[in-house]
Amino acid sequence: MATAQVSEAEKVYILHGIRDDLRVDGRGCEDYRHMEVETDVVSNTDGSAKVTLGHTAVLVGVKAEIGKPRPMIPDEGYLEFFVDCSANATPEFEGRGGEELGTELSNTLYKVFNNQHSLDLRSLCISPGEHCWVLYVDVLLLQCDGNLYDAISVAIKAALFNTKIPKVHISSDDEGGKEIELSDDPYDCMRLDVENVPCMVTLCKIGHRHVVDVTLQEKACSVASLVISVTHKGVITCTRKVGRGSLDPESICEMTEAGKRVGKALHSPLMKLLQQEESLGKKRQKVGFLG
Amino acid sequence: MAGLELLTDQGYRLDGRKASELRKFQARMGVFAQADGSAYLEQGNTKALAVVYGPHEIRGSRSRALHDRAVINCQYSMATFSTAERKRRPHGDRKSTEMSLHLKQTFEAAVMTQLFPRSQIDIYVKILQSDGGNYSVCVNAATLAVIDAGIPMRDYVCACTVGFVDETPLADLCYAEESGGVSSLALALLPRGGQIALVQMDARLHQDHLETLIEAAMTACKGVSKVLDEVVRQHLQEASVHSRE
Repeated sequence: MATAQVSEAEKVYILHGIRDDLRVDGRGCEDYRHMEVETDVVSNTDGSAKVTLGHTAVLVGVKAEIGKPRPMIPDEGYLEFFVDCSANATPEFEGRGGEELGTELSNTLYKVFNNQHSLDLRSLCISPGEHCWVLYVDVLLLQCDGNLYDAISVAIKAALFNTKIPKVHISSDDEGGKEIELSDDPYDCMRLDVENVPCMVTLCKIGHRHVVDVTLQEKACSVASLVISVTHKGVITCTRKVGRGSLDPESICEMTEAGKRVGKALHSPLMKLLQQEESLGKKRQKVGFLG
Repeated sequence: MAGLELLTDQGYRLDGRKASELRKFQARMGVFAQADGSAYLEQGNTKALAVVYGPHEIRGSRSRALHDRAVINCQYSMATFSTAERKRRPHGDRKSTEMSLHLKQTFEAAVMTQLFPRSQIDIYVKILQSDGGNYSVCVNAATLAVIDAGIPMRDYVCACTVGFVDETPLADLCYAEESGGVSSLALALLPRGGQIALVQMDARLHQDHLETLIEAAMTACKGVSKVLDEVVRQHLQEASVHSRE
């Protein structure tokens, strides 16, 4: 991952600050940076969202395509994830440099989002065993300044909320063959229920405390971190430890509790914001890059 | 022609433009704080993001360094969701490698590389949404990003794609026109000296028409340069107001 160069003196400064619940940018240990969410930014996708979290910027596009359901689960559609660590974010990602991080991120996304608990995958089924909707969720990293998991998960939730899947009609002809007909009306579409879609919270162990939403500088001081995915009810659906150091079980419990608290608090303002943006419709002022 | 009438008898195109009319430009410089220079450009429905890092020390193998000028390193990529049909990979395919090479050649002609011997300048462009004229939008976005990075250039590099239909050159093609079987030509121009940095045409065209087509492309590029100049001036004005406060 993109890293920052931090000197020993700076590390001590950051560590001592965090010990007293005061971070370099003035935040407390469980505070997020300023977050901006905008949906419907790329018009040739079925749903898209851009999230900026401090200097971290992520763009997510969702495209729906008709595919064949997996043989083991014939009555469900599925999601495909791809994370593009582009050279725009940092020159380290040039060529194949970002592939490793991209694979790591997308594998986590599969585990967190591609299941019946987070999204009603049955609603993506068109005709069991034959046709289903496949949602291609493509994540594009525009700028990296730490805390990629959280930013990506918020962006995915927003993009799925924004996704409009055209309604289909299945008509069968005399010989028993089925024909799929897409609705011509762009407003005749199906929306996804994103209520149970979890958000990911990354907690970094720095000194004896754990910190939410770290910048690259702070990340350089931490040995290990824990990624937790939390639903709006506070149910934890996935945890994993990332980073090179090790954690003791006690602090994992503490971090899980803190993550649950922070994650739960993240959902309601996000949903409120998304619904508000939706209700504005065409009147909404597009901010995007041109804000 | 494939069923579509690209130019009506009244002289209007598919999207209602006149033959020599450019698409709407919307641009912003300095979108990212971490990069040395960055710019976002919308030209109609084509949206591109350009980021510049450098000039800095040569990364990787030192043997690539040139003793008398800077190395320009370009990477062109397209977001997987940028096209109507989803792309499998954002870069590394033959088309984007070719595009990277074209960009590199274009900017080697424009950037004053001799001022930075033994160093490297990275230009990364990403198409976020594609609707024709990808090469030209990338060049225009990259020009803004290079200016934002404060790297000296001989002149703005302005690019435009033009097509030839019914004896009339059409400026700044959109995707429907590009794919409609028009012979198109992409041209990058250094407008003040009238120098051409890159010209590329893959289609069949009678030699007699070439001159008119290039002429039209150059006029369009000069139009682009006016727009870009305005963007840069406005950005500088905003920046200077901010720094005064």
